[in-house]
Amino acid sequence: MNEMRYFPREKLATLIAAIKEAGYRVIGPRVEPGQGGLVYCEIAGAEDLPQGLSDEQSPGRYRLVPNGSKRYFAWANTASAIKPYVFVPRERLWSVVRKEGRLHFEPTHGQAEKTAIIGARACDLAALALQDAHFLRGKYVDTYYRARREKLLLVAVNCSHAASTCFCASTGDGPEVSGGYDILLDELDEGFIVRVGSSRGAMLMTDFPTTAATTEQIALACAQGEACRTAQTRRLPDEHLLPRLMQNLESPIWDDIAERCLACGNCTAVCPSCFCHREFDNPALNGKTTEHWRDADSCFSEDHSYLVGEVVREHTRARYRQWMTHKLATWVEQYGRTGCTGCGRCTTWCPAGIDFALEANRLLADEEGAR
Amino acid sequence: MKTQNCYLPHEAEILERVQETPDTFTWKLRFTDPDVAQHYSFRHGQFNMLYLYGVGEVAISVMSGDGSNLWHTIRAVGRVTKAMMALPAGSHIGVRGPFGSSWPLDHARGKDIVFVTAGLGCAPVMSSIRYVVAHRAEFGRLVIMQSVRHRHESLWEPQYEAWRALPDTQVLLTASRDKTRWPHWELGRVGVLLDKADYAKDNCVVMMCGPDAMMRDTASTLVELGVPGESVFVSLERNMQCAVGHCGHCQFGGKFVCKDGPVFAWPAVAPFMSVKEF
Repeated sequence: MNEMRYFPREKLATLIAAIKEAGYRVIGPRVEPGQGGLVYCEIAGAEDLPQGLSDEQSPGRYRLVPNGSKRYFAWANTASAIKPYVFVPRERLWSVVRKEGRLHFEPTHGQAEKTAIIGARACDLAALALQDAHFLRGKYVDTYYRARREKLLLVAVNCSHAASTCFCASTGDGPEVSGGYDILLDELDEGFIVRVGSSRGAMLMTDFPTTAATTEQIALACAQGEACRTAQTRRLPDEHLLPRLMQNLESPIWDDIAERCLACGNCTAVCPSCFCHREFDNPALNGKTTEHWRDADSCFSEDHSYLVGEVVREHTRARYRQWMTHKLATWVEQYGRTGCTGCGRCTTWCPAGIDFALEANRLLADEEGAR
Repeated sequence: MKTQNCYLPHEAEILERVQETPDTFTWKLRFTDPDVAQHYSFRHGQFNMLYLYGVGEVAISVMSGDGSNLWHTIRAVGRVTKAMMALPAGSHIGVRGPFGSSWPLDHARGKDIVFVTAGLGCAPVMSSIRYVVAHRAEFGRLVIMQSVRHRHESLWEPQYEAWRALPDTQVLLTASRDKTRWPHWELGRVGVLLDKADYAKDNCVVMMCGPDAMMRDTASTLVELGVPGESVFVSLERNMQCAVGHCGHCQFGGKFVCKDGPVFAWPAVAPFMSVKEF
């Protein structure tokens, strides 16, 4: 199944057309005015992909720059992850009709569309596996998430370009995709190496003309993956060291971070693994019906830790500590690995430019010094 | 299909309503769908999500249950509970549950049983106390400690007085802010009761429910007195919206209080109970 095949660049449009033909809504990275970067949106075809564009990222900064290439995927990652297509940031869970004092509960039935995501990255697929563990593999299954997840087709593309904020090599989640895809592409200068990872992917590729990938093409793909790995300068500390953050909960470094942190929640909004959400009612003015919704929430919001008229985590220091220690340390107890896949979005999209990997390293260095 | 959706409440009727104190009331509830009522069963210490039309849900421990009826005791302190207090008997609400872990009554047989509660923390242990009382011979001594700010805020005092008359049973009550010392009442916080409690420290199970600070201090004191930490159980309260470990609000270290708790063995949560704003 993992045979490496090849097709020339102009056939990507044909592949996308075939996916549409198979009944999928096609989502891909595209330049969206006003979004400040690439985002995953519905695309009509290959012409909507960001051909000839690269991203420049650094703490608090994201810019798209022309690169003079014909490549579609010569960028590191998008502003938002693929998360919103599975864990939807706002959705109605159920509604109630009130009639003569009685309540009639009606669940929102999953009307998930068949959705194909073109260009998913290794970090985002690793994060999707984390979300699957959270919403599907626990004691309770989120039926809303499941409905969309089951209809998802993932066309992944291995990274050939690392942003300065990327650190997936240190978390072990990239830059090469290691699983969880239906179709996997390596983009070369003239075309794509393609592999299938599921029967669904294999079915789509059945009638799609490809040739065997040559040794040279495979070597080129490996080389650009390796270059992408070595280009990464940021690193997260080793996973076995991270639980030691829990021994450093009173470090003055948390105060230092809190002086810069605006508690805006951008990091949690762009994080591909964050799952917090709040529930609320939205009653109709006629008093006869109401809808129960959920919104993506952030542990940086004041009411996240609301409890019996009080707020447990009143200060930004405690909220940043909650976000980082959960993501990097206590997540391991819950899901067997950290909740960070090294995409670096929390750092890029932090308006204060707080460098997540750097701060984690500082905290561990401080902890080691204190021992 | 309905039963598979863990977020969806079932309709229940408020059969009776008791105003316990000016801000605390008890509902007797029954699911309106007999099929739901028949399949519902809870373990002592678990909670339900109660839903008020157009307002929202709150996590409330099951105070008592007798098969088809459920009792919940609620203090009007937040947006949802304040609105709930206005509902008369005969109204309909939504209920889903039960959720969470329960008191370790099965592991407590043959041992002395100690309940330590403060304020409305008495409600989540009420069904457990009744269970121990109903199966009195299966357990050792029974010690019930309850602290309130003022005696007039205390719930179910006649019930406590009735328990006082049981064999091998001690009922200790204290009021922290009263000036009058009533018969059978101490003055001070729950700590003043610990010296008077008579139980086998090396063969007991302690079940505790109250504010974080009270549980932290009491559990630490009990451990200092020689009670093994693994014999102390606490019921934590955190913001809960989904009750199934999905929404993230009740995350506490590596635990979700709603799913892994609310009842925890003390050593599982002790390291974080003394961390401010954790």
